[in-house]
Amino acid sequence: MKFLSFLAIVTLFSSSFSSETKTPALQFDSLPYAFNALEPHIDAKTMKIHYTRHHRGYFDNLIKAVKAESLSVSGLPQLFAKASKLTPVVRNNAGGHFNHTLFWSIMAPKAGGKPEGTLGERITATFGSFDTFKEQFKKAALTRFGSGWAWLCVADDGSLFITSTANQDNPLMDVAEKRGTPILGLDVWEHAYYLKYQNQRGGYIDAFWNVVNWPEVSKRFTSLTNQSKKAPEKK
Amino acid sequence: MNEPGKNVLKDLPPFKLPPLPYAQDALQPVISSSTISFHYLKHHQKYINTTNEIISGTAFEKSTLEQIIKSTAQESQYQKLYNNAGQTFNHWFYWNSMKPSGGGIPQGATGAAITRSFGSFDSFAKELFNTSSKLFGSGWTWLVKDNSGSLKIINTANGDTPLTMGLTPLITIDLWEHAYYLDYQNKRDEYALSVINKCLNWEFADINFGG
Ligand SMILES: [Fe+2]
Ligand SMILES: [Fe+2]
Repeated sequence: MKFLSFLAIVTLFSSSFSSETKTPALQFDSLPYAFNALEPHIDAKTMKIHYTRHHRGYFDNLIKAVKAESLSVSGLPQLFAKASKLTPVVRNNAGGHFNHTLFWSIMAPKAGGKPEGTLGERITATFGSFDTFKEQFKKAALTRFGSGWAWLCVADDGSLFITSTANQDNPLMDVAEKRGTPILGLDVWEHAYYLKYQNQRGGYIDAFWNVVNWPEVSKRFTSLTNQSKKAPEKK
Repeated sequence: MNEPGKNVLKDLPPFKLPPLPYAQDALQPVISSSTISFHYLKHHQKYINTTNEIISGTAFEKSTLEQIIKSTAQESQYQKLYNNAGQTFNHWFYWNSMKPSGGGIPQGATGAAITRSFGSFDSFAKELFNTSSKLFGSGWTWLVKDNSGSLKIINTANGDTPLTMGLTPLITIDLWEHAYYLDYQNKRDEYALSVINKCLNWEFADINFGG
């Protein structure tokens, strides 16, 4: 028994060691809140399975595929820029890992409300009002047929736009219909809502607004817009 | 209301929900009555309603379901209609691809064709399961017959259907998450394996094979 558990530890250690040495960009972050923290909008059972099974599955399969293909991954955005040249297993699992990591971070308990500051102003300026933005985002999330994601993104020129992607693709990928950096994402795979909402994807989307972590979304927005301001100075 | 099992492809609008060929709890414990209830009464019904809404007041009102599916495939302006008309057919086909106490080794025309195309029923069943296991996202696994009469296993994404690929579907498994999530959650493979072993309706495959 003792020998077996020793072996298990060695195996665990060496596999995580070797994957980290080859792929420092890949890590599985802990969930920033408890499984039941987003109740009643997203239930604890859904959160637990989603994070420990679905997201973990994408991450583990990504690590396996990266090893099998001896890929060196400096960062996921760099990988996504050449998504059209990736094998499906890397594209799907890298997307799945990145998208879920973003998703957990832009939600929080006791959140929701409206974005403040520059992001709030830019959303109003771009979409007319915060309510119109929510309507357009909901439409993108509802009309994604099959599995996928709805996104609020920042384009290269700093403008905001809403889009959706199929399966585990995202707007950073060169295969995306419209490319940009996502700052807010909503998982509309049925696994994200079926236990609580079943066929009512619309009810899930409406509930999502109660758990959006706008300070985090704003932080992502600001860091991108600062970057694009700095870019010309470097030249 | 249609006869149980009557093919919906020749139906004319407005399309109606075809009868479920068994009671909602008849496939338990492989598929729960709760899953069948949502899947049949909500999802399948919604695909039918959406199809009817889109074609209302258009030339498609005089077309059969088959004509609508075939004439909207690959046409981006008809994507939404194609998706919903395809799902209207796919779900009818799925309900009939299963029966209580199904599964086992097919004895009829399909059984013979399976042995010709795959060597044995076992290697066929393995390939059916492995193919289902490889689908990423929402979609379907199908056993189909091509023009030469040989059988193949394929996956289609979302609402895609083999009808538009010149293939004759014999049997299908719905792999959208709504088909199994209440019962199996992330364990899609367990769902597919249980359906293959305990629910497939080989008499239905024989009807499709002969027609
Ligand atoms: Fe997900
Ligand atoms: Fe379905």
